[in-house]
This record gives sequence, structure tokens and C-alpha cells, in this order.
Amino acid sequence: MTMTQTISKPAVTDERVGRRNPLQKLLGRPEVGALVGAIVLFIFFAAVSQTFTQPNAFATVLYGSSTIGIMAVGVSLLMIGGEFDLSTGVAVISSALTASMFSWYFSMNVWIGVILALVVSLSIGFINGWILMKTKLPSFIVTLATFLMLTGLNLGLTRMIGGGVSSPSISNMDGYESAQAIFSSSVNIGGVDVKNTVFIWIALVAIASWVLLRTKVGNWIFAVGGDANAARAVGVPVKATKIGLFMAVGFCGWILGMHNLFAFDAVQSGEGVGNEFLYIIAAVIGGCLLTGGYGSAVGGAIGAFIFGMANKGIVYAQWNPDWFKFFLGLMLLLATIVNLIVKRRADSSKG
Amino acid sequence: MDAKQIDQQELLRDETDPLTHTPVHLLSLDSVGKHYGNIVALTDVTMAVDNGRVTCVLGDNGAGKSTLIKIIAGLHQHDEGVLHIMGEERKFGSPRDALDAGIATVYQDLAVVPLMPIWRNFFLGSELTTGFGPFKRMDVQAMKDITKKELADMGIDLRDVEQPIGQLSGGERQCVAIARAVYFGAKVLILDEPTAALGVKQSGVVLRYILQARDRGLGVIFITHNPHHAFPVGDRFLLLKRGRSIGYYDKKDITLDELTAQMAGGAELAELAHELEQLGGHGDVVKQVQAEVAGVTDSTADTGRAPQ
Repeated sequence: MTMTQTISKPAVTDERVGRRNPLQKLLGRPEVGALVGAIVLFIFFAAVSQTFTQPNAFATVLYGSSTIGIMAVGVSLLMIGGEFDLSTGVAVISSALTASMFSWYFSMNVWIGVILALVVSLSIGFINGWILMKTKLPSFIVTLATFLMLTGLNLGLTRMIGGGVSSPSISNMDGYESAQAIFSSSVNIGGVDVKNTVFIWIALVAIASWVLLRTKVGNWIFAVGGDANAARAVGVPVKATKIGLFMAVGFCGWILGMHNLFAFDAVQSGEGVGNEFLYIIAAVIGGCLLTGGYGSAVGGAIGAFIFGMANKGIVYAQWNPDWFKFFLGLMLLLATIVNLIVKRRADSSKG
Repeated sequence: MDAKQIDQQELLRDETDPLTHTPVHLLSLDSVGKHYGNIVALTDVTMAVDNGRVTCVLGDNGAGKSTLIKIIAGLHQHDEGVLHIMGEERKFGSPRDALDAGIATVYQDLAVVPLMPIWRNFFLGSELTTGFGPFKRMDVQAMKDITKKELADMGIDLRDVEQPIGQLSGGERQCVAIARAVYFGAKVLILDEPTAALGVKQSGVVLRYILQARDRGLGVIFITHNPHHAFPVGDRFLLLKRGRSIGYYDKKDITLDELTAQMAGGAELAELAHELEQLGGHGDVVKQVQAEVAGVTDSTADTGRAPQ
């Protein structure tokens, strides 16, 4: 091909390279505000309470964190993908109720109920995502509707089948022991009993981080949350990605639901209401942007850890737990403000 | 689609490129028209795009520029006339068809995700992967290296591919979008008003990248309403007004002044000069405009709209 004229290329080396030093890069990470908050909170509770830093007490804090953190993994991913889910709190209970009621009613091996609960949890996620994509309504409305419907179903079906407000005990049924070993057991580490949900939580965070940062699905999650139209224009399967995210939340809900069931042996059908906000709060404290496109799985985990510390720390400091919600609100406000400031400062390195 | 195909003799038709005398255009429109219901959006538009050439489409708001690019990009289908891609008659059913034929469009809104790093944006939807089964992952290092190299080849002055693309200036973002289209095998690059929202300096940067894309052998369609941007980079100029072609020129046949006058319409420009005078504009500028108007109306044909 002929060229009418050659264009001189501008120099490609740039003296501005390297101006973002490692510290600024670290400060640019989404979870840094939460990390600072977590450290401050830890030092604070360690100072006011002698028991807080004891291994046993700390294992309890970690357990409390894990029950929020397992859900926060899914909710964080979903929030990065630009949506949120108000039905998570009761969906956890729906999953637990499905497993226990089915096994009890048909007198079957508990594991069949557990598998059915997984199907139900994934289906709830799929239905949430599918309705959202079909109607293009805000996720607030769609998941608020499923929240209300699931709340009603939990109460109604439990009374209809079991005749009470709580599911019947399944502790003497086949498979209960093995299921309990998987979903609710303890591991003894150096004389301290650590609940296995802590390890499930850590594993989930690791997997979610890997997916988010190192796979193309992760790239798509950031893209559909950041700008769904742009993502669609370059060939990202937006609908499949978002529906998949709701199903991932469903999967996390199944794990927590099974833990709730096997930690005792019965589930209260009215439980779970309000918990969805705890998961969302953990994700937001962890630096996930409410509007989508920004955040990390590790951030959600730190958010859950802050929650766990505040929750148990108040008890160890021998304060009245009535104050817990106040602290939680204050923490949410402070964490989001810190996030905002840190993010602005880090981003202004553009110059 | 391979660049070599353009040279294959069996694809040729009887046309020749008036600039290079190479046969067959990369893309050509012949009397293309489009109407939405009873509203005529475009009639009788003829233009050609060749590799290594820039075809500018000029026109004011509502001239039919958008309709024209939507036809070429596969968003709409034309009702009249013929669209040839490398001598073959085509009608695109979807943007995917157009992309598969090597036609990439860089829209004004750019299709980038502001909060994502440059390299993630560059490969979004076409990520490189490595590994198998559940361990299939993105080849992050390769993607970063390619992004860096492709942008450097386009002469894009880049700080860090990890930077969120939203931190780049509008001009730089345009350039990343252009580089992406080039890397993913575009043969024809459509740029929809890339300089519309940019300052003087940034516009200059984008114009430079248009020439870079041209020098890499792409056929470029540059949509703009600014003749000062079009003239320095264009090889051919199609002027649209109210859905009609009001002129189609090779660069050797037209000057910037004539182009400007054609765009605005001689009569309207005269009116503008008069208005400026009334508002107490600088006398010498007004005189210059008047002189230009006089010169243009003498040398070129009627501009398509009767003087009021």
C-alpha cells in the first residue's frame, strides 16, 4: 500500500511513568479504607478488653465474621457487577428450610434435602437475575419483591407442612452426622476450636478473588457493573454474567443455610429478615461501590471481619449490646467516608 | 479477513481509485438511500473508502451523517442503492456482521468502562486466556504487554496500562478505542465525530492517530462537522446536507476555504458576516469572510439551498 506521507510518531517513553509509587498504588486499592478501619478497631478492642485478644475469644470473633463473610463474598461480587440483592437474608433460611422440611416430610437421607436446597438456592438466584434482565427494573424492586415473597413462603410453608414456626428436628435422620461434619464442625488448632465456616469463608474469598482478578468472567463482572452498555457493545454477555452473579449469591446462601441448619438441627422460619443489610454493609465497608464496577472480594471479607469484631468486641468489653447497632451505623458511615477520601486522593495522582 | 484479499484480481470490478489507480474500493456506496417510514433520511449517496485513505463525511447536525454510518456499521439497512465491500455486494444484518467484515466503529461514547484499567478495557470481550478447564485464566502479562505495544505503535503516550481508563483525557480515550479496533483486525475504521467534544490540542492528537491508522493501511471514515479538522487529514470529502450529497471531492479538487463555504452554504456565510458586522465584530475579519464568500460563490457550484 502506498502512503502519501509518513507521520512522525511522538516519543513513547514518558517521564511521567513511575510517578504512581507503590504507596499510592496500595492506597488506590478498594479495600484499603476498610483495612485501616479494621486495624483501628482491633487495636481499640484489644485496649479496652483483656479477653478480646485471647485465642478462644478471637476464634469466636472469626466465627461471627464468617457467618456474615460467606454471604458477603457473593454480595460483593454482585455489587461489583452493578446490582444488589435484598432477598439474601431470607433466601438463606429458605434454603435451610427446604433441606430440613423435605428430608423430614419424606423421611429421606438428609443429603437429598441438602442437594435439593442447592437447586432451590441457585433457582432463587436465577429467577432474581432473569426477572431483572427481562424487565430491566432496578434490582432494588425485583429483589425486594422476592424478599417479601420468600418471607411469606418460609412462614406459610413451614406452618403448612410442619405445623409450627420452626422446622422439625432432623438430628436423628440418616446422613445428619456426615452433613454436620461438612457444614458445622470445629477444627482444633493449638488447643483452640475454630469453626470450619471460617475456612469455608477464607476459601470462598480466595476463589472469588481469583475469578475477579484473573479470569475473563471477572473482567466481565467489572465491565457489566461499570458500564453495561459499553460491555454489551464489545461483546460481553451482560445477561449471562448478571444472572450468574445472582446464582453465585444463591450458592453462598446455600452454604450458610446448611450451616444454620446443622449448627442446631432446626430452623426458625421467621429468621433472616434484616440480615441482607448486614451483607450489603460488609460489602460497602469493604470498598465495593454501590453503583457497581469497583470493589474486591477481600474488601467484603474485611467488612465482615469489622462486623464480627464490633459484634463480639462489645460483649468482651462488657458493654451493653444495645449499642451494637449504633456502632454498626457509625462504622458504615466512617468507612464509606474514608473510602471516598482515600479513593479521591489516590485517583488525583493523575495530575 | 486478510489484507492480501484486497490485491486478489478476481475480486476486481471495473472501478478504479481516482487517487491511486488501484482497482476496487475497500468499501463503496453507490446511490445509497434510507427512509424511516415516510421520512427520507438519506438519498443518493455515493462514496468510496480505500485502504490507506481517509474519507471524510462532513455535514451539519441532521445532515444524515449518523444514518450513513449506521448503514455501514450494520445498525440499519439501506433501502436503495448498493453497498460493496471489496467488490462484493453486501447488506449487513447486524453490527456483528459488519465487525466480521472488518468494519469497526468508534462511537462518540466510546464503549469503554471508565473505572477499569486500560488493559482490561483494551481486551474487554476478547480476553486472551491460558490454561485449561477450571484453571483457565486470563493471560494478564501478555494482555498488558500487547496493550502497551499496540498503544506505543500508535504513538500513544501512555503512563501506565493499570490506570483506570476514566483518568485519561477524552482524546487519549479515543486513541485507545482506535488502537483496539486496529488490533482486533479492523480494515475499515469508522470514527463518529471523534473531535466533537475535544479542545484544540486534544483534537490535534486524535487527528494524528487518524493518520497513524491510515498509515497502517486502514480505510478510515472520519465523520465530523469541522472542515478544519477534516481537510488536513482527508483524501476524499463527502458533504451531506439534509440527507443529500451536496458534493464529493478528491483533495486535489478542493481547498479548505471552498470546503468551509460548501459546508456552511455561501448564502448563510454571507448572512453570518452581515450579522457579525451588526454586532460590532472586527471589521477586518468580517471583510475577510465576505471576500471568502465572494470567492467561493464564484468558483463552486450552487450549495443546494436557495438564498433567502
